[in-house]
Amino acid sequence: MKEIKIVVKDLSLYYGDKQALKDITIDIPEKRVTAFIGPSGCGKSTFLRVLNRMNDLIDHVKIDGEVYIDGVNIFDKSLDIVNLRKNIGMVFQKSNLFPKTVYDNIVYGPRINGIRDKKTLDEIVEKTLNQAAIWDEVKDRMNDNALSLSGGQQQRLCIARALAVEPEIILMDEPASALDPISTAKIEELIHELKQQYTIVIVTHNMQQAARVSDETAFFYLGELIEYDRTTKIFTNPAKKQTEDYVTGRFG
Amino acid sequence: MELKKRKKDFTGALSIGIVRLMFFFLVMVLILLLTKIFIEGIGVISLNFLIDEPRNNMTEGGIGPAIFGTVAVTLLMILFTLPLGVFSAIYLNEYAKDTFFTRIIRTSINNLAGVPSIVFGLFGLGFFILFIGKNMDEVLQTGLLFGQPALLWASATLAVLVLPIVIVSTLEALNSVPKSHRDASYGLGATKWQTIRNVVLPQARPGILTGTILAISRGAGETAPILFLGAAFFLPNLPIADLCIGGYCIPIINPTEQFMYLAYHIFIMATQSSNPTKTLPLQYGSTLVLILLTFLLNITAIIFRYRFRKILGRL
Amino acid sequence: MSSEEQKDFFEKSADSKYAKKIGKYTRLKESAIKFFFAVNGAMALIFIILIFIFLFKEGFRALEHIRLLDFLYLDRTDSAGNVQKVFEWYPTSDEARYSLVPLLLGTLLTAIPATIISTLFGVGTGIYLSEVANPKFKEFLKPAIELFAGIPTVVLGFIMLAVGASFFNDLLNPANRLNAFVASIGLSFVIIPIIASLTEDALHSIPNDLRMASYGLGATKWQTISRVILPAAFSGVSASIILGFGRAIGETMIVLMCAGNASNITADIFLSVRTMTATIAAEMGEVSQGSDHYYALFFIGIVLFTITFFLNLAAEIIINKMRKKNTF
Repeated sequence: MKEIKIVVKDLSLYYGDKQALKDITIDIPEKRVTAFIGPSGCGKSTFLRVLNRMNDLIDHVKIDGEVYIDGVNIFDKSLDIVNLRKNIGMVFQKSNLFPKTVYDNIVYGPRINGIRDKKTLDEIVEKTLNQAAIWDEVKDRMNDNALSLSGGQQQRLCIARALAVEPEIILMDEPASALDPISTAKIEELIHELKQQYTIVIVTHNMQQAARVSDETAFFYLGELIEYDRTTKIFTNPAKKQTEDYVTGRFG
Repeated sequence: MELKKRKKDFTGALSIGIVRLMFFFLVMVLILLLTKIFIEGIGVISLNFLIDEPRNNMTEGGIGPAIFGTVAVTLLMILFTLPLGVFSAIYLNEYAKDTFFTRIIRTSINNLAGVPSIVFGLFGLGFFILFIGKNMDEVLQTGLLFGQPALLWASATLAVLVLPIVIVSTLEALNSVPKSHRDASYGLGATKWQTIRNVVLPQARPGILTGTILAISRGAGETAPILFLGAAFFLPNLPIADLCIGGYCIPIINPTEQFMYLAYHIFIMATQSSNPTKTLPLQYGSTLVLILLTFLLNITAIIFRYRFRKILGRL
Repeated sequence: MSSEEQKDFFEKSADSKYAKKIGKYTRLKESAIKFFFAVNGAMALIFIILIFIFLFKEGFRALEHIRLLDFLYLDRTDSAGNVQKVFEWYPTSDEARYSLVPLLLGTLLTAIPATIISTLFGVGTGIYLSEVANPKFKEFLKPAIELFAGIPTVVLGFIMLAVGASFFNDLLNPANRLNAFVASIGLSFVIIPIIASLTEDALHSIPNDLRMASYGLGATKWQTISRVILPAAFSGVSASIILGFGRAIGETMIVLMCAGNASNITADIFLSVRTMTATIAAEMGEVSQGSDHYYALFFIGIVLFTITFFLNLAAEIIINKMRKKNTF
């Protein structure tokens, strides 16, 4: 029996008057990879950003519905959002490393959270770079500008940076879409490793990737959750016709 | 039909030619004028000229105290206006939502930029000297008199005048930091202020520096606002006093004193000189110094801005 | 989820890392920081309001002894008993006269020709930069314009005094050597960069699609500029002219040094004139605080500030409208 990490009930989101998400209800299991798929503009990235309340940063956004992580209502007015975000890592479509050294990028999160001791920071750096399978490649380049690394390396560095604050959940918004096939394969391998320890939600427009990497898959269309089931079922025997049309490439 | 087309082409080409001519005419006039200043003024400039004080009603000597006064005033001005302008821009770009209040603030910035410089002078007199200064004297009762034309109030007034420059440059600098960097920071669990301090401001530094340089250049060139805020044509001493604590005295700028100012100096020499023929070469010399100063500052700012725009473009 | 699973799920919240509430201290700290920045943010607004207040505070006191009508004209009865309207600014005479009319006319006589000349050259330069000049050349020119825009006005005044006045004196033989015309030429050096720069911005921001459409229909370059691009950029260009005009009205040093400073009522630009700005600049140093003359100078300041305030507002409204409608 799988444990549930995130519970979402009837979640709707409005940009001004436009409704971007309609009554999403979904349970996301712990320590598994859940993929969100669907055509461009269907709301999957928007929904991802609801989970760590990144939408709070945008003007004119209204949210209805409930989201619980470990039973905690994340929209509770007295909740520490900063702590929420610290415990949820986010990896974006394009690497957004800071224009600082490799070392400073990784320790940014821990430093923000009050960790000053150099020895502790060094340990965190080595641990997370190993977790992200990039330690050997950058261990001699700690003081280089992080932006001098290749695209694939930068993305893995972003993952390491997110891991440095010890989240339990990792959200990934099309992490490999800007990368070449070899780097993509490395990232997918990484995800496979990480899911043993972390709950991972990945948004992807690449169906084959979703099929390779995820345990559960949710299909979104025009802001609605059309179908959510085990990945194997979604791709071999989907229950809804829309899902079938999408995964067989009839549209999208 | 063929003739009409040719006529059309002709008027078109003529108009473009006129526009080109206008432009090059302007450029020529400017170059001529600047060359004239250079030629007439370069002979006068020497190290002595830059350091000496004026003698014999400015028929001899130099502009040393005027340069000192300009530096002192603009330094104090930056001290006032830089934090104010940067924090203002931070609020507008990082905190403010798009409300009516915010739009009024932006309109005020544009309006402030359009206030005539002499009105700033009146403001400095009416507000800083007669209101703040007088009240300071009543409340503080120090030996120094604040309710009079002084370096402090000239700096404060110029600070308000150049405030829009600092705000606009800082806004541009803050805006140029990509949103994705802020997102990354928030995603790692940083507060808004932590994000501003550790991610946004460091990247915005070059832009802020550009704004500072432009503000200094503008402040150094302004004359009208300080006409009755403490600028003087000739002072026997520099506005320095000794600050004595315990047994140790260090010389500091005395902000309650009057001061000499290069731009003001040029104005007085040009309009109220008792012996125009003798002072004319020194007028050219002083003007050349002021222009070189302004150009140097502006070119530095422009190059700086060009370089940091290029760096960001590469990102 | 079954109800059993649900119970387990919600019980997790007690130990969950995600359950942390905001500390009161943190909340206060963040609010304080935001408030601090908000106060700074409002400073520009606060200063405009302060300028208003303190200008009006001193300026309205002029009305204690000077009637509002006196700022327009004074009625003088001559020996024969005829009443004449006198439009003179002469506060230091026994019969103190405070008419703003000669000063207003002086301002207009310098500002209007300057704006006309600057519009011609400024828009022309703007067109040149945006549409005609080689793009590589342009990259070097825009900063160059900025450089020239940074020339201190006292330097321009000096140049006109030292070189320009004599040049035009020999050329045109005006009645007064220092006159409105010389001043307006000097003003043009300040205003042309303003108009040129804003015009270039406005023209440049017209999407290339319009140009392509025009060329595609067989129009020449000049036809495209004059019939498609300039009209599309009309708001931006008009706003720049209004701002230039406002600047011309508010300029002090150039008119102080070059316009002659004789308070004449005239439409002849070759006579000396006195502007509002020059009057304040020249006389403020001489008045005794608290005298009628002193307050009258502040009153001029009010008039000046009000005029430029509304001109700036107008330009801003035009620019905002153009941003909304997306014409330029």
